[in-house]
Amino acid sequence: MRRSEAQAPRTRTLRIGAGASYAGDRVEPATELAARGKLDYLVYETLAERTIALAQLERRGNPEAGYNELLADRFYAALPHCRKNKTRVVTNMGAANPAGAAKRTAEVIRDLRLGPMKVAAVLGDDVLQYCLDHADRLKLMETGKPLASLEGQIVSANAYLGADVIVGALREGADIVLTGRGGDCSLFLAPMIYEFGWREDDWDLLGKGQTGADMVECGANVSGGFFADPGYKEVPELWNLGYPLLEVERDGTIVVSKLDGTGGIINRAICAEQMIYEIHDPANYITPDVVVDFTAVELEEIGPDRVRITGGRGKPRPVELKVSVGVLEGWIGEAEIIYAGLGCLERARLAEKVVRERLRIGGVDLQELRIDYVGMNALHGEASLPPPEPPYEVCLRFAGRAREKRDAVKLGNEVETLVGKGPASSSMPRKHVREVLAIYSCLIPRAAITPEILVTEVA
Amino acid sequence: MRTFYLRELAHARAGDKGDTNNIGVIAYQPHYYPLILRQITPERVKQHFRGIVRGRITRYELPKVDAINLVMEGALGGGVTRSLSLDPHGKSYSALILTMPVEVPEDIAAELMLAGRRPL
Repeated sequence: MRRSEAQAPRTRTLRIGAGASYAGDRVEPATELAARGKLDYLVYETLAERTIALAQLERRGNPEAGYNELLADRFYAALPHCRKNKTRVVTNMGAANPAGAAKRTAEVIRDLRLGPMKVAAVLGDDVLQYCLDHADRLKLMETGKPLASLEGQIVSANAYLGADVIVGALREGADIVLTGRGGDCSLFLAPMIYEFGWREDDWDLLGKGQTGADMVECGANVSGGFFADPGYKEVPELWNLGYPLLEVERDGTIVVSKLDGTGGIINRAICAEQMIYEIHDPANYITPDVVVDFTAVELEEIGPDRVRITGGRGKPRPVELKVSVGVLEGWIGEAEIIYAGLGCLERARLAEKVVRERLRIGGVDLQELRIDYVGMNALHGEASLPPPEPPYEVCLRFAGRAREKRDAVKLGNEVETLVGKGPASSSMPRKHVREVLAIYSCLIPRAAITPEILVTEVA
Repeated sequence: MRTFYLRELAHARAGDKGDTNNIGVIAYQPHYYPLILRQITPERVKQHFRGIVRGRITRYELPKVDAINLVMEGALGGGVTRSLSLDPHGKSYSALILTMPVEVPEDIAAELMLAGRRPL
């Protein structure tokens, strides 16, 4: 059912499902939510910081590409249910090409004969030209230097748009809204604002909505994912995780839950973990729509796999918008080799010395070289607890960053030649070279953005 | 007093933004929270994360959920996207924080041992 400005705001509970939380996320759980969740909205969040910069590079190679690779797979599976259950879809699967994503979505709708449906593409997050034009004045948040210091290396710049433009698309009657870069939480907040008629400056209400959105924007991370620690934190049927959904009331009270018959767990402990995940000052979590204050949030288990969230608050939204800038920054070469048996650690240490010396002799120019002993210290370095006894096997791993590709390649080659020309008894090495696409951030005025909504009516 | 790993008292989740890592540390029981507030200080965390955290550590408190949030700058090898680490996001740092030793008074120690937890 469509809602126009003249209609009274919704009073019933609003149900919003979280169908994905990264580009390659699983397809089936969202389909199950669409089929059984009695959803009003299904949201797919698929853009990490770097995803959109990668998508921009992809689009350079092919103007039709640059949106989520699994878009058609997801929509073939879920849209028949969405159509039947009157569930609207909001997603940032548009990535670097929302218009291309809309075109592909229209093909899926026609192919499945689901029309008439309205598909909206939200444009305007691509601010590369603006950033290049103002590179002298825009300051990088990471280094404090002007953006101009990276001249020649910048490949993309995308602003984090807010919920307002998605609300605009919903007002135009879109059944499916495809965006590029935006605040992850804004995808969930937009349906709340639209359905309940929340004022866009009712900061406390927006803060409550955004607290719920934050809880599910990482998908199954609130319903049992990345939580299990046997003997300490048990998760039933981890392989069959149900993805979460929000039950939102008009006053901003929100329950997070999942479908009956799915695996996973939703309790106070996992909600607390997820609420704090990737925030800094919990009293000032900055989103494009509102600055959220989590410090008074209360989490209450009101049933099996049901947690009620209350006490979220908000403050006025930031004046400026954050921009993610994609920057090409040289190359990374990686290689690894495994030694096993008695004396494996001594042989690995000798191999390290051999490679270091050969890199020096070969004049390989690396900006940084890292050497890990996987099984002993790869993730935590000198902070690792000491192993109780010598390991039976150890994986020696090298990683180096170089300005030129040839130096990154040479690192891998010097590890490869350890077989035959290094210490005794190892595995076959593996090597890999990749280009570094780094992400920097800056702030731009809201006035620099001109969002645009392209609506396609599919018969 | 007895010494336990923090793992016996709390659980944790770590996330990233640029070159900054944050770890939420949440007490399993409200009466463990004061021990965490007293002993999981930025100074001790910095020492525990030697070789990893180059910048400042700020600790925020969330008493309604018995949690602290540790925000560690310069913790991700120069930033997620250019780090040479196998864990560029520092998601495994939640496991490292739980290896911190915590001094536990006898009554709580007895409670932990009754639940099968062992002191160091």
